[in-house]
Amino acid sequence: MTDTTAEARPLSFEETLETFDPVLGFEVHVELNTATKMFSSAPNAFGDEPNTNVNEVDLGLPGVLPVANRTAVESAIRLGLALNCTIAEHCRFARKQYFYPDTPKNFQTSQYDEPIASDGWIDVELDDGEVFRVEIERAHMEEDAGKLTHQGSSGRIQGAESSLVDYNRAGVPLIEIVTKPIVGAGERAPELARAYVSAIRDLVRALDISDARMERGNVRCDANVSLMPKGASTFGTRTETKNVNSMRAVEHAVTYEMRRHAGVLSAGGSITQETRHWHEDTRTTTSGRPKSDADDYRYFPEPDLVPVVTDAAWIERLRATLPEPPAERRRRLREAWGYSDQEFRDVVAAGLLDQIEETVDSGASPAAARKWWMGEISRLANQRDLEPAALGVEPATIIELDGLIREERINDKIARQVLELHVDGEGAPTQIVEDRGLEVVSDDGALTAAVEKAMAENPDVVEKVAGGKLKAIGALIGPVMKETKGQADAGKVREIVLAKLGIEG
Amino acid sequence: MSEHSSTDSGDDLICLTAARMAQKLRTGEITSVELTRAHLDRIAAVDGGDHGVHAFLHVSAEEALATAAEVDAVRASGGAAAEALHPLAGVPIAVKDLIVTVGQPTTAASKMLDGWMSPYDATVVTRIREAGMPILGKTNLDEFAMGSSSEHSAYGATRNPWDLERTPGGSGGGSAAAVAAFETPLALGTDTGGSIRQPGALTGTVGTKPTYGSVSRYGAIAMASSLDQIGPCARTAEDAALLHELIAGHDPKDATSLPDEVAPFADAARRDDVAGLRIGVVKQLRGEGNSDGVAARFEDTLDALREAGAEVVEVDCPSFDYALGAYYLIMASEASSNLAKFDGVRYGTRELPEDGPVTIERVMGATRAAGFGDEVKRRIILGTYALSAGYYDAYYGSAQKVRTLIQRDFEAAFDDVHVLVTPTSPVTAFRFGEKLDDPLAMYLNDVATIPANLAGVPGISVPIGLAEGLPVGAQVLAPVREDARTYHVGAVIERLMQGQDGPLWAQVPEPTAAATPTSGE
Repeated sequence: MTDTTAEARPLSFEETLETFDPVLGFEVHVELNTATKMFSSAPNAFGDEPNTNVNEVDLGLPGVLPVANRTAVESAIRLGLALNCTIAEHCRFARKQYFYPDTPKNFQTSQYDEPIASDGWIDVELDDGEVFRVEIERAHMEEDAGKLTHQGSSGRIQGAESSLVDYNRAGVPLIEIVTKPIVGAGERAPELARAYVSAIRDLVRALDISDARMERGNVRCDANVSLMPKGASTFGTRTETKNVNSMRAVEHAVTYEMRRHAGVLSAGGSITQETRHWHEDTRTTTSGRPKSDADDYRYFPEPDLVPVVTDAAWIERLRATLPEPPAERRRRLREAWGYSDQEFRDVVAAGLLDQIEETVDSGASPAAARKWWMGEISRLANQRDLEPAALGVEPATIIELDGLIREERINDKIARQVLELHVDGEGAPTQIVEDRGLEVVSDDGALTAAVEKAMAENPDVVEKVAGGKLKAIGALIGPVMKETKGQADAGKVREIVLAKLGIEG
Repeated sequence: MSEHSSTDSGDDLICLTAARMAQKLRTGEITSVELTRAHLDRIAAVDGGDHGVHAFLHVSAEEALATAAEVDAVRASGGAAAEALHPLAGVPIAVKDLIVTVGQPTTAASKMLDGWMSPYDATVVTRIREAGMPILGKTNLDEFAMGSSSEHSAYGATRNPWDLERTPGGSGGGSAAAVAAFETPLALGTDTGGSIRQPGALTGTVGTKPTYGSVSRYGAIAMASSLDQIGPCARTAEDAALLHELIAGHDPKDATSLPDEVAPFADAARRDDVAGLRIGVVKQLRGEGNSDGVAARFEDTLDALREAGAEVVEVDCPSFDYALGAYYLIMASEASSNLAKFDGVRYGTRELPEDGPVTIERVMGATRAAGFGDEVKRRIILGTYALSAGYYDAYYGSAQKVRTLIQRDFEAAFDDVHVLVTPTSPVTAFRFGEKLDDPLAMYLNDVATIPANLAGVPGISVPIGLAEGLPVGAQVLAPVREDARTYHVGAVIERLMQGQDGPLWAQVPEPTAAATPTSGE
């Protein structure tokens, strides 16, 4: 059999599913938000000057020793419990050995055959609400490597002119979550892939063990894909697409690899077991390095660290700190708020569940909370290239704005303007409305004068209204608004026009 | 006899025990500057030149004298600060060049770290600095502590003060020879398979390997993490105990360091009770492997112990027969991993390939090819092989099982006896080159010391006389955390075996004075 990997054209997704069943597997790395690193007292922080958050341990200087970060171990146990795993009573770290300049010791301290957590599951909710249970093989602790930046055309170490290394990330605590093979997802495999990573992200966020910002690499996904003939039970050869670091990319990468495998297999070729690189621009993968089960990392138990020994009391103490599982919470909130499925999904997708919950808890109606967060606040955030939460809009502000509208002191349009002024630092909404004189003009004198002026200038419209075409009133509202600088209440304008024409409203 | 310092010549001073030096400093009979200068003079006289002892790779005269002056000033000021001085304040010390020190180079006797200066101090170095002990310099060793003769140093071998044509043992030959040649009263060593005890035996000095975890390893360049232990080198058990008390104790930077309170080791070394002691002689380490001279001195020691009232019984430790094999797999496996960091990327020597492309892999390769000596490469290759997929279970895995069996042998033995005694080394100091081409013969030097490292138990080597003019040592082993027993019995043997000529350490021949001192700054 020849390897036609390179030549075969990917099949369409539909063609792929006619012949094959996909098998998925994920390795998700989660960077923890501990104050210090996994094995040293250097700060664990993102975005600082290169090689400033390092000490002698992170640099692997001669003579240094690691000491395990207790908070990181507790984070791993909590995550393990939240993933319904068994927590090991006794487990060791191990050295994974390979020479590469991002790893200062030329080995990574990880866990090998004794993970802290094993044999669990997580329920993953798909877009239409169907729940798919993903089995977890293990979750283990390890340290991150430094960051290499290759100078030169390829952006890879091969062919680079030179490479820069930043060890700030070296030693940052990681938990790697490995699934068991996921079978039976069929055509929903790409969607499930996205939903799984999303579920893990939501979970670690809820546990507050990671900042979980994918764009910063806090959550990184390696996606394993293989195909087997429809109805078969023996898995095909898998490929591992590395560092697929957004929800959308995970979905696309799985789709592409399924189609590519199908193309190769249908053409009579065979899949090479290898790692693949994901290209966001073309939404394709290319061959990385061949990977076989014979990769020899010469693992052995880390002799500089003592085993992690857990006892029931410690585990129960940590179990008591677990938050409500995200899926359960979502069910509860959807029912309580009475949103439609689509509305609720949009809120989840926008990542605004926490904000809306807080706003509702502070006394806003669920509808108002959703309207403001999904509408104007998101729009302003988008304009400013920020997360909505980063705008600093407090629930009290939203409740105040909403109150001003309900009291008819301002209209929706003015309210949006007030919010923007508030975000720009002008103070509380009521204050802004008063300072700027933005209250709705409802004093009949001024408003009546404006309406009369508009009617006088638009006799044709007046005629239409008088003739029973009440909708035409809209054409009068524009000029009135202009006259009152937008502070007129549209309903009031309508009332006055109808009264003047002697029509019952 | 006058007790005034001006009548003590430097030569007299350097021949005192550390305990006596400390006492004289306390009473103001001598100053630390005098004492430190006397040792620096001694180093200048005997260490350098073509026939010098060559115990030191670096001498830090200025720093040592500055520390000494500070301690003297504090003492002179009297009051609380003087009262608070550590008992060893002002007593000079030397540090094995495997232990990192700020302000002095640390080479591990390897070209790999030629010129490297550590930005941090080892925990033990912090402790001796805080105690006000002037650091005379860094002592020679086999490269990365791999060897039993100090011949594997990239900077030339150390000579045995008893016979300059012979090795002082290893890897800590520099520390032991410096103590034997009166260049320093105390030194720090590291012991992975016998590197403190075997040189102690071959130079007629005392060396202790503490219980694993008794002393922080932070800052000792690791050879085999599960076996390495820092410990004291001295001329008497009491001196070793004093230094051990200072450097022992929990260190949050070493996850394997014990949380225990430090026991009064020096008090134990001052005990002379023998009656009621039940002493075990390890059958497997008593007989044929030892040279006649070593065997004779060892039997003399057992006789002396019996005569003094101890009960001496033979105990069987069958797994000890496999200790050497297990050790060379575990040690090499861990060493192959610990030494991976030396690749020329971040610090130390960097070597470019002679021809061809300059890629990271080829630079790492060229650096390691040029930077490591043969013995280091031998162990890296052995360890890499032992950890390889398909071989792990047979080699590393089996070795760990042997390790467990050895621990059980010790446990069973210590159920029966208070301590075990063995000859420290099967032979006395050997000639340069004698075992250099025969690694197995070299490795056999450590057959008696290795079981203690595999089991984590403490051991001390004390001098028990001469054989054909060369020192012989006996080793005392005790259960884990019972280091005090090694000092008690070690000191008992030390006194019993002094003989008519006084302590062995006082009989070391005068080393050939160096024609041109090369060390000393």
